[in-house]
Amino acid sequence: MIRFTVNGTPREVDADPDTPLLYVLRNDLGLQGARFGCGIGLCGACFVHVDGVSVPSCDTPIWSLAGKSVVTVEGITPHPVQQAFLERQAAQCGYCVTGIVMTAAALLDREPHPTPATVTAALDRHLCRCGAQQRMVEAIVEAGEHHA
Amino acid sequence: MREPSTDGQLAGGPQVSAGGADAPPTTAGTAKPPAAVAGLPKDLAANPILSRWFRVDDDGMITVRVGKVELGQGIITALAQIAADELGVGLAAVRMLPAGPDGPDEGLTAGSLSITDSGPAVRMAAANVRALFLRAAGGDPQFRYADLARSVDLDVPADPGVPMRTSDALVGTAVPRLDLPDKVYGRPRYIQDMRLPGQLFGRVVRPPSPGAQLVSVEIETDLTVVRDGSFLGVVGEDEATVVRTAERLRRAARWAEYDSLPDENALEKFLRDGPHEIIGVVDDGAEPPAGAQRLSATYSRPFLAHASIAPSCGVAVWRAADRVEVWSHSQGVYPLSRAIAAALGLDPQRVRVEHAESAGCYGHNAADDAAFDAVLLARAVPGRPVQVLWTRQDELSWAPFASAMTADVSATLDARGRLSSWTYDVFSQGHTARPGYAGVPGLLAATTLADAAIYPAAVDPPAAAGYGSTRNALPGYDLPRRRVTGHRVLETPIRTSAMRALGAYLNVFAIESFMDEAAERAGRDPLDFRLDHLGDDRGRRVLRTAAEAAGWGTPLPDGIGRGLGYARYKGRGGYCAVVAEVAAETDIAVRRLTVAVDVGKVVNPDGVVNQMQGGAVQSASWTLRERVRFDRRRVTSVDWERYPILRFSEVPAVDVTIVDSDEEQSLGAGEAAQGPTAAAIANAVAAAVGVRVRDLPLTTEAVVAAIERDG
Repeated sequence: MIRFTVNGTPREVDADPDTPLLYVLRNDLGLQGARFGCGIGLCGACFVHVDGVSVPSCDTPIWSLAGKSVVTVEGITPHPVQQAFLERQAAQCGYCVTGIVMTAAALLDREPHPTPATVTAALDRHLCRCGAQQRMVEAIVEAGEHHA
Repeated sequence: MREPSTDGQLAGGPQVSAGGADAPPTTAGTAKPPAAVAGLPKDLAANPILSRWFRVDDDGMITVRVGKVELGQGIITALAQIAADELGVGLAAVRMLPAGPDGPDEGLTAGSLSITDSGPAVRMAAANVRALFLRAAGGDPQFRYADLARSVDLDVPADPGVPMRTSDALVGTAVPRLDLPDKVYGRPRYIQDMRLPGQLFGRVVRPPSPGAQLVSVEIETDLTVVRDGSFLGVVGEDEATVVRTAERLRRAARWAEYDSLPDENALEKFLRDGPHEIIGVVDDGAEPPAGAQRLSATYSRPFLAHASIAPSCGVAVWRAADRVEVWSHSQGVYPLSRAIAAALGLDPQRVRVEHAESAGCYGHNAADDAAFDAVLLARAVPGRPVQVLWTRQDELSWAPFASAMTADVSATLDARGRLSSWTYDVFSQGHTARPGYAGVPGLLAATTLADAAIYPAAVDPPAAAGYGSTRNALPGYDLPRRRVTGHRVLETPIRTSAMRALGAYLNVFAIESFMDEAAERAGRDPLDFRLDHLGDDRGRRVLRTAAEAAGWGTPLPDGIGRGLGYARYKGRGGYCAVVAEVAAETDIAVRRLTVAVDVGKVVNPDGVVNQMQGGAVQSASWTLRERVRFDRRRVTSVDWERYPILRFSEVPAVDVTIVDSDEEQSLGAGEAAQGPTAAAIANAVAAAVGVRVRDLPLTTEAVVAAIERDG
């Protein structure tokens, strides 16, 4: 039994300790906002926060989470970054978006008013195949400008 | 001579242009329309009964079913705009349902034809619905749909004589996408999120290489293992356990493998060796003038992968021994249901395929294959839905690729610096192997079953559907003495099919690179040289608009280059010109792309801009980075490190100008930018560093090699 919190709620997970967090979130906890993209942490579609840091949930085994705090996109919705994405229509297929929103939210927590260059650097572990990067960067910068 | 192709589906309609005795089987609902429906738009003529498109509920909610599918391009929103305007209601009163067996069969969602084909059909169907309600209301234009929902019968054919509304409220405005809130907020929306009652998870263990045969596999497991010939899969309750078991199967499996792949460093030779089908596009029958200045060059691109961020997924459940329900992110749910039925010997009416959204679709990817995988695995557990998700590795090695291509261009210049002849030969594998192509199901797993299907090489869509290998092989310029010929490879171990722009990407790259080379030889500015040869006013306008917006002709610092690319997609679709600004320092960096486009009537301007930006960025990624890698046996570019795509830090800024158009028809935006962008980048690199790279991808190594070649 491995204990950690998800979006503030204590959870006890009874699964193989090597099970990637992503499967527990999507299947056991019904939190499907983190998406499966590659399974080895290279695309960014599955990012969640673990103790405030944006990490890939697809290659985070649950044994590593004992006592930690996991926050998924459902835990921060609605977030100013999401509002900015919708205002700017900063997506095409949207599959990469929730992971990018998580990394952007973590960035804004660290650095509330990032420049486009800072946002771009922060998102370099995320892939978008549809080519919506420019709008996403603009949306995140804008969310930062309106950040309290 | 050209053989008949069966991929008329690319034209967008199910029947209208599908030809050949070996066309895929059809269902009754898609039979040739009766004469009474003459005058209806093509897709409505094929599906004239209004209730297939519209349903009106007591609460006034109007449900719209279209045969086009959301691929991340925003089509559902654009069609909702059209429907709402014609019905005279707001968007909130319209609910869009996914394409499925109870809706209209509109063939494939492909070829940038969805607005062109579906828009007029939805508009006229909606006008008919409104006319029927208006009549039921005794002509009172203040009628409410809710009040009359029970008294109007929509099980009637559309009447082409119904008048259309002349004013648009929503069409032409930047309506926000209807599907994006779910996707941005992380709500279940994608096929990967489906969790049906009793659903199981399945995984397929694909062969390690093309043609490999499963010799033996044995593991201890409580899960359901499915083996049929070399098709190997596993089904179980817990997804993580299924994934682990599939990995155990993969390690335990023994395969007989063969070296079947060509030398990836000699793809040009492979493409030229043939045998080929010869595709004569145009031959003016005149030889190049004697004594004129001649120039020639050869261009190429490697195999490319779709590389969507989501692996393909399929869901299926067998309701009876001869009845299966399927969910798929296929581009064509009707063609897929016919292909599954053909592969398994079922009645097509007993194979119900409904569309479910996935990540971005850029052409014929593995969606149909994943659906068939789910059908095969679900057969082992009757009554239980099975969801199959591909691995990233399989997605990058087993989904169809876009074909490698190479093209020879030669031309003559007269004394005034005008092109006086033009000869073009392009060598390529075919660009469609969609379900039903060449009369076969075209579903991957069928080739690995004990009773293995053998599929022919990919074919090309016919001229009426805009060609494949030779799409845009005919330049849009006013040229004399033209001869343009395609050479489609007939035998190959590499599976290829449609990816955005098909052959147009390489053909426009080659033509537009060559135009710059010819301009240089003629001592003309590349923009002026193009305008010298272009009479089409709309083409001239997009060229001038892009050039002006990009500051064409203004001085640039050393190491920075500007380049131009232009084409009208398919010769009859959207006009697009692109100016690239490139910095050639330690690496090739595209700093900015300035795009001008004329796509005819614009339904959603922000949707057009988004499609153009995305098309340009994806093309920049193909052009700068992408190449499917393989040895003589296996595909080796199976993850994002070995198949890199452009990252956030590498993506150029893209400015898009929509050039106003008086045209009433919408011409499509999804594939207009790819070819011009590639050429603009290559021309900008040539301007920046003074060498011409003719073989893609345009990497730093390719630039260095070109410098050494010219040195």
